[in-house]
Amino acid sequence: MTSVSERPLTAMIDPAAGPPDCAAYERAGGWQATRRALGGLSPAEIIDMVTRSKLRGRGGAGFGTGQKWSFVPKEPAAERRKYLIANADEMEPGTFKDRLLIEGNPLQLVEGMILAAYAVQAGHGIVFLRGEYHLACARLHHAIAEARQQGWLGDDILGSGFGFDIHVHSSAGRYICGEETALLTALEGRRATPRSKPPFPQTGGLWGAPSVVNNVETLCNLPHIVANGAEWFAGLGLGEDGGTKIYGVSGRVARPGAWELPIGTPLRQIIEEHAGGMRPGYQLRALLPGGASTAFLDAAALDVAMDYGSVEKAGSRLGTGMAIILDDRTCPIGMIRNLEHFFAQESCGWCTPCRDGLPWVERLLDAIEDGTGHDEDLDQLGRHARMLGAPGRTFCAHAPGAMAPLASGLKLFAADFADHIRHGRCPQQQAETRT
Amino acid sequence: MSTAEPPLPTSMRTEILALAAQEPHPRGAGVAALRLVQDRFGWISTAHLREVAALLGMSDDDLDGIATYFNLLFRRPVGRHVIMLCDSVSCWIMGREPLCAHLCRTLGIRPGETTADNAITLLPTVCLGHCDHAPAMLVDDTLHGDVDMAALDHLIGTLRETP
Repeated sequence: MTSVSERPLTAMIDPAAGPPDCAAYERAGGWQATRRALGGLSPAEIIDMVTRSKLRGRGGAGFGTGQKWSFVPKEPAAERRKYLIANADEMEPGTFKDRLLIEGNPLQLVEGMILAAYAVQAGHGIVFLRGEYHLACARLHHAIAEARQQGWLGDDILGSGFGFDIHVHSSAGRYICGEETALLTALEGRRATPRSKPPFPQTGGLWGAPSVVNNVETLCNLPHIVANGAEWFAGLGLGEDGGTKIYGVSGRVARPGAWELPIGTPLRQIIEEHAGGMRPGYQLRALLPGGASTAFLDAAALDVAMDYGSVEKAGSRLGTGMAIILDDRTCPIGMIRNLEHFFAQESCGWCTPCRDGLPWVERLLDAIEDGTGHDEDLDQLGRHARMLGAPGRTFCAHAPGAMAPLASGLKLFAADFADHIRHGRCPQQQAETRT
Repeated sequence: MSTAEPPLPTSMRTEILALAAQEPHPRGAGVAALRLVQDRFGWISTAHLREVAALLGMSDDDLDGIATYFNLLFRRPVGRHVIMLCDSVSCWIMGREPLCAHLCRTLGIRPGETTADNAITLLPTVCLGHCDHAPAMLVDDTLHGDVDMAALDHLIGTLRETP
């Protein structure tokens, strides 16, 4: 980049001006990484650079990006069909970072995909975009068309002999499509149930071809890593992880929003400085640090550094890094019921414990919240949390994710559960007509 | 299911075949083809589903398995406008339940139903990725944030007048 920013992902994003076109993108430092990579770096050198940058997947699982790529067979793109897929099926409740990145600077994603594709020598790119993201879809199509017209996509990019193009797949709304093997199944025109691994997508993915699936935010980091170097990127993080992270906060805070900050920024700083703390009249009671499928943390955990290892030590997961705040005037059981309704609805139905267990959990929570629960219901919820929870006896990570807020909530809000059952009603007296 | 739907226009059949030709197997175009049909007709009738299945070389039930799998593919008719009110956690915390109740009262329908004048269908939807402006909703293709009752009343008035 011409001016090296400490907030590389969002430096070019100006909501008032709209996304930059190819020329504006280049003036601000864009395409430099593609010139550098295709002009003389080998795919192996890029994989090594990204490994040393300590970039980990920003979709939630946190797998090392360079390591993920290293499992892809090494033949040149021209000799073997391979796919590079951007996972833009952002559907984790409470998460809105990938939408902002695509709407704000779609060319950054395009360039990130070119670099990733070059590293794994994939000739075919796909953006798996959630169907609800209409503005992102329009801007992405426009950016891809412009990049293609200017020679950044297509055959023989920059005379390097490497060819790559991108197709946008607009999905039609199912949370499980964010799971990488379910995403591949969806692209093959089947009901999007996850696949067993092995084979891993890197060797046997879309239509049986080697495929890499990376999250949008992960890919958007690549132009900056390749342009400025692995050490620069690794140094942006405050702890053991490299780079910046888009953090977000929703719920009853003064200024809900999303901010690009060094990865490892303390949760307290994100909530108090950036989100402006709680709204007047509300206290923070607990939170989900990284989306609906992460375990609750209470107010005592606010000093945790928001990186993968630290949040795990605190008993939860970094997930998407987008925190959802539970305030003291919102019923925690109502919140958990809402979460489990989502997970029950979005279960793909493939394996029995998930398909039948999650609706059972939802009904038990309905009863407790509506004042007709019994003490034994808590045992049944606890049993589900153990049997469906991580590491899990289910086919994929959906049910373990669903159990994270339940298992932690049963402990953290034990008194609230007991009160609901003893008094036969929800003390918060909220209007909670079910939908 | 309606049997009165006109067949797919020739141009759309051509477009679906072109989509299928770009895929290693025609079924890869399944969702895209169904979305084309829905964009034109508002929903996917059984007659149209069968036409698409034939074009993609799939059995009707195979394609219906996909059509019924996805939240945004409609296998029943909807009104001229669709309001999708987010029911996920951040919007729930920020008061989407009273808003939903208000919509139901005003429209005289429950979630999943269409008004008698066929103007508006109300559906719950999962997180729309607009959580910093919760409660959020999608009205046709447009995202709305910081929704309150006044905004809903204004919106309903506008939608009823728009064809």
